Amino acid sequence: MTKLHKLSGRFLGLIIASGLSATASAQMTINGAGATFPYPIYSKWFDEYAKVDPSVRFNYQSIGSGGGQKQITAQTVDFGASDGPMSDENLAKAPGKILHIPTVAGADVVTYNLPGSPALKFDADAITGIFLGQIKKWNDPKIAALNAGASLPDQEIVVVHRSDGSGTTYIWTDYLSKISAEWKKKVGTNTSVNWPTGLGGKGNEGVAGQVKQTPGAIGYVELIYAIQNKMPYADVKNSAGKFVKPSVESITAAMATAQIPEDFRFSMTNAPGNDSYPIAGATWLLVYEQQKDAAKGKKLVEFLKWALTKGEDMAKNLDYAPLPADLRERVLKRVDEIKM
Amino acid sequence: MKNSHLWRKTKNALASAASFVCALLVIAPLALVFLHLLRSGASAVNWSFFTELPKPVGVAGGGMVNAIAGSFELLGLAALVGVPVGVFGGVYLAEYGTVRGNWLLRFVADVLNGVPSIIWGVVVYGLVVLRFKSFSAYAGGLALGFIMIPLIMRTTEEVLLLVPAGYREASLALGISRWKTIVHIVMKTALKGIVTAILLALARVAGETAPLLFTAFGNRFWNHDLSEPIAALPLQIFSYAISPYDDWHRQAWAGALVLVVMIFFVNILVRFLTRERVARVL
Amino acid sequence: MPIAVAPERPAVRSTINRMAPPSGLGDKVFKWFTLAMALAVVALVFLVGWQLARGSSLAIRRFGFHFLATSTWDPVAEQFGALPFIYGTAVSSLIALIIAVPLSIATAVYLTELAPLWIRQPIVSLIEMLAAIPSVILGLWGIFVMIPWLRDHPFPFLKKIFGWTPFFSGPIYGVSMLAGGIIIAVMILPIITSVSREILRSVPNLQREAAYALGATRWEVTRIAVLSYAKKGLFAAVILGLGRALGETMAVTMVIGNTPQIRASLFAPGYTLASVIANEFTEATTDVYLQALFEIGLVLFGITILANLLAQLLLKTMGSTIKSGAVQ
Repeated sequence: MTKLHKLSGRFLGLIIASGLSATASAQMTINGAGATFPYPIYSKWFDEYAKVDPSVRFNYQSIGSGGGQKQITAQTVDFGASDGPMSDENLAKAPGKILHIPTVAGADVVTYNLPGSPALKFDADAITGIFLGQIKKWNDPKIAALNAGASLPDQEIVVVHRSDGSGTTYIWTDYLSKISAEWKKKVGTNTSVNWPTGLGGKGNEGVAGQVKQTPGAIGYVELIYAIQNKMPYADVKNSAGKFVKPSVESITAAMATAQIPEDFRFSMTNAPGNDSYPIAGATWLLVYEQQKDAAKGKKLVEFLKWALTKGEDMAKNLDYAPLPADLRERVLKRVDEIKM
Repeated sequence: MKNSHLWRKTKNALASAASFVCALLVIAPLALVFLHLLRSGASAVNWSFFTELPKPVGVAGGGMVNAIAGSFELLGLAALVGVPVGVFGGVYLAEYGTVRGNWLLRFVADVLNGVPSIIWGVVVYGLVVLRFKSFSAYAGGLALGFIMIPLIMRTTEEVLLLVPAGYREASLALGISRWKTIVHIVMKTALKGIVTAILLALARVAGETAPLLFTAFGNRFWNHDLSEPIAALPLQIFSYAISPYDDWHRQAWAGALVLVVMIFFVNILVRFLTRERVARVL
Repeated sequence: MPIAVAPERPAVRSTINRMAPPSGLGDKVFKWFTLAMALAVVALVFLVGWQLARGSSLAIRRFGFHFLATSTWDPVAEQFGALPFIYGTAVSSLIALIIAVPLSIATAVYLTELAPLWIRQPIVSLIEMLAAIPSVILGLWGIFVMIPWLRDHPFPFLKKIFGWTPFFSGPIYGVSMLAGGIIIAVMILPIITSVSREILRSVPNLQREAAYALGATRWEVTRIAVLSYAKKGLFAAVILGLGRALGETMAVTMVIGNTPQIRASLFAPGYTLASVIANEFTEATTDVYLQALFEIGLVLFGITILANLLAQLLLKTMGSTIKSGAVQ
């Protein structure tokens, strides 16, 4: 029986050691799940905050905005994260009131894979046409008209979209629904839609990877993913008729013009203004107004306050637009309303 | 006809050659994958890989020590569930029961072996994660344990049936009770085989990702409490590999290399343990 | 993982059962204890079925059998149909079988009949190593190595030669139904090879000896005496491989393109039952959406049971009980 004893002894030992270490360390873990869009900035925040308050650790898994909404509703995580605001229907399903805490804003950029990586420009017609599957080739006149100098090959366009439920998709489809009645009717706005054409990739990372690997591909990803992957991204024509490059400045310009209601659920796609980038959106942390665990709730609130003050200063470096000062004040007031 | 004999010999040679090529084709993916793992991952397998926690996005370095430890913890939990149920279930199938009843039990075990592992994740999600409102190492271990049960059960049964009937008869003839015969004589004789079965089942579930997606959830830090989410090697490999960061890609391949080497090691260990028993003429 | 063929030996059990001394308390307790453990598998099957049925009850009531025949998968409009996934699972599994079965059986034949003795064990060991590679790692290799290679070499070649057929028409993305089928083939090669080997080994030597006695060459012995005798068993091995192919999740998800559509072209992306669950389960925000996914799980579970049932019945008529010991 010795070998069996030894093996089982070893396993048992490991379990007991884990259990003991649980009582030994006073470190708290706060779990969150959701959007892949803000993952880079959130992971930076969590890492920095661990230095500020070593007694708590934030474990965030980027499973997609849809996942974030679902898991916070099911209360399997302590906070959720989503780039698409929760609908009234979904909010009603939650066992308590969920607050939307905006953190940063980012941009959905149009990234593509063409020989020579030319700098391209797109407008509403071109994007809608491509994603509806109506514009099939790169040298289509609608695209060529916008890009006089670029050499566009006679190649099939391979559309890449998200296969999982995504806030990045929400922002994208929100924009398309606003600029195209056809899109609104046929496809609609949601974290997960019935795509007329294209391949599905999992997460921002999956789409970036897919576009990078497929010649002639076009897809939408969060700005930082295109930058990190050294992929080209296009200028897009905004509602004022100007071609705007996605950047912290153009996102901030878009956010400045947005109408922000009490519950902070707002859309900033197709924003007015000469400098606004049209496909931008905010991302939210989803927390319950009434926290079920007082100790965790307290730590969570402390983190939120830190994020909305110190954290915001780190946003620019990662190409996210921080919230404007007045909005920050309003959000901080809302954070004060979280009850333990 | 003179030709006929030559033609038949030729066919024989051709058939041997063709089937040899097929055998090579079957092994080819193994070589390709392993070579790729070595090429892409070997550079990132260093001391920090085995000792450090993951670093945040964009920061170079870091390791997967929590994922490696997490995998071991999950395997431990899985074994707690899978080993007793599997081994003693196999004992029942080998020592007791009726022909018909046992056939049914075996069939059910085989069906379970064929259930896609993602379904186990879904089931344990509904059963444990939703009920306790938390992703946890327990949930992950349970899902893996469920997968192990039918596996261990069938292999244990096979192994016990190899113990000659004479052993049992002799023991009973000496007046030793049935259950003591089984435990002290039969199981002891087959111990190596049972350990083999357990090791193989562990190696099998060590590489599972799908059932852990909705149960163990993943953790960028150390897990201090088994009722909290926990990192696991396959999960970490997966999320790193589909990220856009080159550094993370290399770490993913390193993780994959480590995982595959560990699994291969267990397989070789098993082969070594069962070496003397098997006098098979292949 | 070693697969064993255990000929049913009721003689052992019934002898012992007759000879066993009067049951003391220890014996009774032990017997019931092991019975309870064995019944765990039955409990598990019911657990899986119950969880899946419970999770999909609303969807079943709402869509009925149309679910199996509808090809729309629209979370916004809340219209769900399983047809594209059933199609995807069926086609990718079929492709996998077409590729894997001839290779596996040929390899099994080589290992049992034709190969020199010294080479057999090493090859068997290598094949078992292949079986041990986790699905996720194979999937990663698939995305980063296999797909680019496929896209640049074999696929254009196939298109050039067979492009006139509907199966090889259309644009080549790399990720495709064909890629999905190929990766599944790689995963099921070990199990079909192992089980086939066991089947071929269980063919009585008498058959071979008789053929040799008549002056047959090695290959002829294999063809005439062994393969035709083992036909049913080999077919069952194929079905076991099919069962494994149906449930394959991670590797397929990464190479198949994840697009719920039904297209004739094998270069087009597809979607399988297991993949859609893996991709969308944690994110299904509405009740109907989640329930539809549970229902997909139920369909998958049902198909798996049927495949196993078929294999077992076939094996039963061949007179032996084979353990599937399915390796993931």
